Amino acid sequence: MIPEEFGRAAVLTAFALAFPALPLGASYLFYRLKIRPSNPDPVKSATYECGVEAEGTAWGRFNVRYYLFALGFVIFDVEVIFLYPWAVVHQEAALSALLKAAIFVGVLAFGLAYVWRRRALEWR
Amino acid sequence: MESIGIIVAFWALAVTTVGAALGVLVSRNLLHAIFFLITSFLGMAGLFITLSADFIAAAQVLIYAGAISVLLVFAMMLTPLASRDNANSLYLAPGALAGLGLAAIVGFVAVDTPWAELAGSTLAERSFPDTVRTIGAQLIGRYVLAFELASVLLLFALIGAVVLVHDRAAERGAAAAAEEAGTGPREEAT
Repeated sequence: MIPEEFGRAAVLTAFALAFPALPLGASYLFYRLKIRPSNPDPVKSATYECGVEAEGTAWGRFNVRYYLFALGFVIFDVEVIFLYPWAVVHQEAALSALLKAAIFVGVLAFGLAYVWRRRALEWR
Repeated sequence: MESIGIIVAFWALAVTTVGAALGVLVSRNLLHAIFFLITSFLGMAGLFITLSADFIAAAQVLIYAGAISVLLVFAMMLTPLASRDNANSLYLAPGALAGLGLAAIVGFVAVDTPWAELAGSTLAERSFPDTVRTIGAQLIGRYVLAFELASVLLLFALIGAVVLVHDRAAERGAAAAAEEAGTGPREEAT
């Protein structure tokens, strides 16, 4: 049965949720119990402690050119959903399945080559 | 037949899904609403897994939690600041009405369907180990033409995206500049 096979994934998900939740919860608990001292300073409360300093807020309007990259992501995301069932069965029909997937990926590679040639991937 | 793990998983996922869906309605910040929506989508994917529908679960994660949410985030990034809060809508009453109607239909189906009959011999007859394997065999077998045509459809979407977004004048200018520098394409294929 399928659901039981995903039991491991459920355990991993629970662990992944608990891993950040535990320190956050402990920090809040210690704050409530007045164990944790609170000495904020500008460096400590910066968004990124090291690296490029954030400028302005994240609530600006963004360049419409980003939209092309979003659409490109969506298209290749949909490609993955077609390749996923193929990847599960391809070993049973090795060569012909490989050819079929090669055509599928080849058509999309042609599209990528077109986009590349039109220089649409460059930021200008 | 149903193990305790499935029941625990179902309730945990159901609480996550419905709670996140409520969060979409309640949160004032539009970005938070989108994040709640993604959580709801992921909970739905988990529910699909408890129903042994592994392909739909994968599609839910890839398409809804991946692609749709990216489009939502980008749509929000490109909207003016003023319309970025999860404002009250004029459609509250009709929406509530439609939601109640849908809930009534689903509830009616859940009560009216003879689940006991389905769970018995019919289920054993149609036992399928996993859905992905069957779909994959069909995709490279009987429906291979549709499989290949799907790539052509995606190709059209990709080219359409470039044609819509791309700035022709800027492209020509950049191509000419690159030509002078001697690194550009030898000819412009338009």
